[in-house]
Amino acid sequence: MWDYSDKVKDHFLNPRNVGEVENPDAVGEVGSLACGDALRLTLKLDENQRIKDIKFQTFGCASAIATSSALTEIAKGMTLEEAEKISNQDLAEFLDGLPEEKMHCSVMGKEALDAAIANYRGVKMVKGEFEIVCKCFGVTDLEIERVARDNSLTTLEQVTDFTKAGGGCQACHPKIKEILAGLWKILPEEPAEKTVPAGKKLSNLQKIRLIEETLEREILPPIRSDGGDLELIDIDGNTIYVALRGNCSFCPQSQFTLKNFVEAKLREFVSSELVVEEVKS
Amino acid sequence: MKTVYLDNNATTRTAPEVVDAMLPFFSDLYGNASSMHSFGGQVERHLARAREQVAALIGAHPAEIVFTSCGTESNNAAIMGTLYSYPAKRHIVTCRTEHPAVMNVGHHLQSRGYRVTELGVDRQGNLDLDELRGALCDDTALVSIMSANNETGVLFPVDTIAAITRERGIPFHTDAVQAVGKIPLNMADNAIDLLSLSGHKLHAPKGIGALYIRKGTRFAPFMIGGHQEGGRRGGTENVPSIVGLGKAAELAGDRLEEENTRVRQLRDRLESQLLARIPNALVNGNPDCRLPNTSNLSFEYIEGESILMLLDEEGICASSGSACTSGSLQPSHVLRAMGVPFTAAHGSVRFSLSIYNDAADVDHVIEVMPAIIERIRDMSPFWKDFQAGKPMSSFFTGGDAEHHLHG
Repeated sequence: MWDYSDKVKDHFLNPRNVGEVENPDAVGEVGSLACGDALRLTLKLDENQRIKDIKFQTFGCASAIATSSALTEIAKGMTLEEAEKISNQDLAEFLDGLPEEKMHCSVMGKEALDAAIANYRGVKMVKGEFEIVCKCFGVTDLEIERVARDNSLTTLEQVTDFTKAGGGCQACHPKIKEILAGLWKILPEEPAEKTVPAGKKLSNLQKIRLIEETLEREILPPIRSDGGDLELIDIDGNTIYVALRGNCSFCPQSQFTLKNFVEAKLREFVSSELVVEEVKS
Repeated sequence: MKTVYLDNNATTRTAPEVVDAMLPFFSDLYGNASSMHSFGGQVERHLARAREQVAALIGAHPAEIVFTSCGTESNNAAIMGTLYSYPAKRHIVTCRTEHPAVMNVGHHLQSRGYRVTELGVDRQGNLDLDELRGALCDDTALVSIMSANNETGVLFPVDTIAAITRERGIPFHTDAVQAVGKIPLNMADNAIDLLSLSGHKLHAPKGIGALYIRKGTRFAPFMIGGHQEGGRRGGTENVPSIVGLGKAAELAGDRLEEENTRVRQLRDRLESQLLARIPNALVNGNPDCRLPNTSNLSFEYIEGESILMLLDEEGICASSGSACTSGSLQPSHVLRAMGVPFTAAHGSVRFSLSIYNDAADVDHVIEVMPAIIERIRDMSPFWKDFQAGKPMSSFFTGGDAEHHLHG
C-alpha cells in the first residue's frame, strides 16, 4: 500500500474543483487511457487576466486525482504568468510530498497547466522540434530534459518515476541515459565489456554463436516480457534475418524496436556492421 | 468499522483451529525431530501426521510430500530440481499468465542461456493445447503451467496437459497454489509429476508450503543441506507451521464442498449484482471455468487504485491489476496477455472469497460499489466523453493507443 500523506488522502476523498468550466478560455489535456492516467484542465480568466475558475477531470490513481485537485487550488486567482511558474515540486510540496514512484502525477499536473497556458496563447508544438523517446508512454526528449533539470534527476529510475519514460518495453533506456549524460555532462557509462576485442575479425561460426548468445541474453528477455518474440531465420554476411512473433507480429511499434533495440544491441555486442531485416512469414 | 475481507487469493485468515494445533509446538514440544533423544523424537510423529493430512487433500502418498517455506520456494525447487536432473536439456515451457514465482524463474533461466517458451492465452485466459503440443521438443526439460490463475481464477486443464507431456516423456509441474483447497485434486487420477502448494492460501500461516513429487520423478534438491525431507529439502523442519499446514489441509478437505456450493453462490451473487447495477463492467476470465471463489471485474474508463482506496474507506479489502497498484507502470501481465482492451485493463478489481465470508459481506459490496464507481467516473474525462458519444481522445502526449490495444 502506498504511504500517502493525509493531505493526499484528503484531496483524493474530497477533490476540489472537479468538472469542466463552461465556455473555457483555455483547455489543457495530457496523458491517455492507454498510459493509465490523463488530465483535462479547463479554466476561465476574469477581466484582470486572473484565473477566475479552474476545473479538472482526471483518469488515474489516488495521487493523480489529489495532484489535480491541488493544482486547481494553487492556480486559482493567479495570472497566467504567475501560474506558469508553478513547478511539479510545488504541487508535491502542497500535498506534503508524494511517494517517489508517484512523482509523475505531479509532472502530469504541471504539464496540463502548461498545455492550457499554451492553448490560451495559441501556441502549438510543431512537429520536428521534439522527438518521442519513450514510445510506450509518449514522452518526448524535451520533456525528459526539462523534468530532469527541474528535479535534478540523474538516474534512469528517477526519470521513470517522474515521467514514466522507460517504464514499458525499455527500448528507450539507452536514449534516456544519453539525454541525462548530455544534461549533466556526465561521461557515458563504459560500454559493456565487449566479448570480442574491437577490430578482431570473427569467423562465421564465432559470429553466429555470438549473435545467438546476444539474442538470448540481451534481446529476447525484455521482448518476451512484453508478450512478443523473435526468431532468428538466417544470417547472410552482415545481414541478419529475423521473424517477429507473438505480440510483435502485429505491433505497429515493432519496426522501431527492430532497428533501435535489436539492431543496436547486436551492433553493441557482435559487430557494428550488422543490419537486421525482418522476414514476413 | 467491520472489515470485509475479499482478498483471499492474496492471503487468508489463519483458521483458529490451525492456530490451536500449532501452539504446543512453540512451548512444550520445541524439540528437533532429528534428535536422538525422545524429547525431540516425539515431534516426528506429528510431522508424519501432517504429511498424511496434506497428502490426503490431494490424493497423494505421504512420501510424495516435501515441506518447503512457501509457494515460491516450491516453484523454484520444482523447476530448478528438474533442470538439475536433466542437465543436457535446455528448454522449458510455461505460460504468459504464470505467477511471478514461475515466470521470473523462467526469465532468470533465459538470461542463463535456457530457451523458454511462454504459451499465450486467448481473450478469456484459456491455453491453446495445440500450441502446447507444438512447443514440445526433444530438448524440453520441463513444462510448468499453473492450475488456476491467481488474478482471474481461470482453471487450466492440467490433467490433459499432464497426459500430453507424459506421452512425450517430459516432466510436468503445476503451480497449484490457488487451486489446492478450492477445487478437488486427486493425484491418483492424473499424470502430474510435481505440484506446488502454499499454506497461507488455505488458512494455514504464511511461511509454509509443500511440493508434491510423484514417486519415480527425477528430482535433485534445490535447498541443499541436511537429510531432512528424505534428502529432498535441507533445513530443520518448521514444526509448528508444518503441523498447522496439516490441520489446514484436513479442514480444507472437509470444507471443499462448502467452498464449491455456498462460497460459489456468494461469488456468483456478488458478480451478477455488480454487473447488473454498474454499466460498462465486464468479467475478466472464462466465467465457465474458474475457481469458485474468484471474481475479476473491470470497470471501464477508470483506474483501479482509486476504486480500491474508496473500497478501503468502506472497510472492504480487494485487489486490482492496475498499473498503479502493481508498482510498475503497466497493468497486470495477466490482463495484458489476455488482450483486455486498455479501456478496461487499468480498471480491474479482484474479489476473492473464502468460507469465512457471508451474505452480509457480499451485500455490503453490492450496496456501496455502484456509488463508488460513479464517483470516480464523474472525475474521469474519458467517461464524460464516452457518455457524450464523443470519439475516444488520445491526448497529445498520450503515447500510441494502437500499441496498447495489443500490449
